[in-house]
Amino acid sequence: MDDTRSRLAFVVLAFGALALWPLAAGSYGLDLVTKIMVYAIFALSLELLVGTTGLVCFGQAAFFGIGAYAAVLMSPADAPASALWLLPLAALAAGLYALAVGALSLRTQGVYFIMVTLAFAQMAYYVVHDTPLGGGTDGIYLMMKPTLLGLDLDAPFVIYGVTLGTLAGVFVLLALIKRSPFGRALAGIKANEQRMRATGFSTYPYKLAAFTLSGALAGVAGFLFAVKDGFVNPELMSWHFSGAVLIMIILGGLGHLRGALVGAFAFALLQEFFKSEAIFGAFAKHWHLGLGLTIIASVALLPRGLVGLPAQWKQRLTGRRSAPAVALVEAGHE
Amino acid sequence: MRGRVGKPCPMDLATFLIQCLNALQYGLLLFLVASGLTLIFGIMGVINLAHGSFYMIGAYMAYALAPIVGSTFGGGFFATLFVGLVLSVILGYVLEWVFFSYLYEREHLQQVLMTYGLILVFEELRSLIVGDDVHGVQPPPWLSGTLALGEVMTYPVYRLFISAVCIALALGMYAVLTRTRLGMMIRAGSANREMVQSLGIDISFLYRVVFAAGVAIAVMAGMLAAPVSSVYPGMGNSVLIVCFVVVVIGGIGSIRGALLAAMLIGIVDTFGKVFVPQAAGVGVYLLMALILLWRPQGLFKAA
Repeated sequence: MDDTRSRLAFVVLAFGALALWPLAAGSYGLDLVTKIMVYAIFALSLELLVGTTGLVCFGQAAFFGIGAYAAVLMSPADAPASALWLLPLAALAAGLYALAVGALSLRTQGVYFIMVTLAFAQMAYYVVHDTPLGGGTDGIYLMMKPTLLGLDLDAPFVIYGVTLGTLAGVFVLLALIKRSPFGRALAGIKANEQRMRATGFSTYPYKLAAFTLSGALAGVAGFLFAVKDGFVNPELMSWHFSGAVLIMIILGGLGHLRGALVGAFAFALLQEFFKSEAIFGAFAKHWHLGLGLTIIASVALLPRGLVGLPAQWKQRLTGRRSAPAVALVEAGHE
Repeated sequence: MRGRVGKPCPMDLATFLIQCLNALQYGLLLFLVASGLTLIFGIMGVINLAHGSFYMIGAYMAYALAPIVGSTFGGGFFATLFVGLVLSVILGYVLEWVFFSYLYEREHLQQVLMTYGLILVFEELRSLIVGDDVHGVQPPPWLSGTLALGEVMTYPVYRLFISAVCIALALGMYAVLTRTRLGMMIRAGSANREMVQSLGIDISFLYRVVFAAGVAIAVMAGMLAAPVSSVYPGMGNSVLIVCFVVVVIGGIGSIRGALLAAMLIGIVDTFGKVFVPQAAGVGVYLLMALILLWRPQGLFKAA
């Protein structure tokens, strides 16, 4: 009970801090946190698959990219579009592609599933990379930024607020889903799919629904990214980006929505930290080295990710012997 | 690995032959890198994203070691290859000891996280030591000639040499795996890890040997490919993904499958670039998706 309350307190505090951030931040800080919140939405979409359902998707960037390209390609050239219809369309485009990809790739399992999702993402990548559809390798600009109920999404404060609102909405939606019968079924599939089938669940439709929803949410994140930057290019769909978002949720801690949030912030802030010339001077150009070493250290020191850290400390302080059993209970396997 | 000979034009027999040789050479190189990956994957159950980095390290060794070996041992192509081989075995042995031996008990995703970190570290060390420039590597003079094919076409001898060395290495690997005691243990480990362990075979030593061998083969592939592909930052990453495709199409842990899959990809990629250059990138992934929808476990399950 105490645990639930402290988790809730963490989430409320985090969103409170995000809501107050624009009062303190300059334009750089505002833009940075907007970007990180977009990553956080993206990470949450993947958490639904990897952390909740146990399906490791290595092609999530394709859905992000499709949402972003949809936002740019469906915007009229002469007048600003309304986000009220553009956002659902972007999510729909990403969701439809996810439905098609999921319908086929969910026939495979394990590492094969990882690779088939990668294959479909690479196909989407090469379609925008090699054809003139989306401006090819150069990418394409969003000339007229959409508006939302008369507010111009080009304004930094507006896009910050809209992104924060969307992040909170997605977070609440996923939290509700995890507590719903549908979410329970997904958790059951993650724990033991064979047993779920034996108890009479047809698991395929559940997995497909989760995959489609995840793709649509990734599309929402892509839409926000395109509107924020006003520019899309094929790199949004590259496997590096699919890999990066996977790293975010593993770093944060799988199986927890907070993990996706924390992981997105940790990953992006570590990047900013090691890239900072004020701290590292000329060595900042080699920022991958620091990031890589930190990631390796986190695997060694944080087996349950950043959100598992308090429990890990508590365990060490109280010196409980039955560590594996505790871990199992915490992970919800018992 | 990517450089091509011959230009897209209506096919006559000589062009066709050249493209076949290109496909063969590309496929064989892919096989070399992927064979280590599939063994490490099949036997140790480790998803090693850093495997592409070993290919990159090999290529940079070919570039950076040649002058050093030249001044110390009086040079020679094979001396460089040999020094690279020794270094890569040491590298693989130490890496397995320091990093990977802790990963076997962990979840797959923890392995993904750590090997991703290793990619970043290897790339930056490369940048610190050798720099970020693209370098060409000269093939040895006695291999830099060309062979006449038909009346106007020629084919570089060095590419034939790559194919020949790859075939020799593949045969050597086949012999070790099927004819030696070590190979028997490796095949057994790939089929059932726990059983091998309980039969009293020193599994941690076996792991270290397999890992070192996998690294060495990937480094060899990189060293051989350097004169054809040139040496550039990020070359490991592009190879990595294709190699995963090879492993998955072939069936995880299956060397035979990896060979077949690598040849298929060599053909699809090479001829895709000739016939449909606009959509060449998609071809390999389309092939993988189709094969996995047909056979969700790859062409061969682990032998």
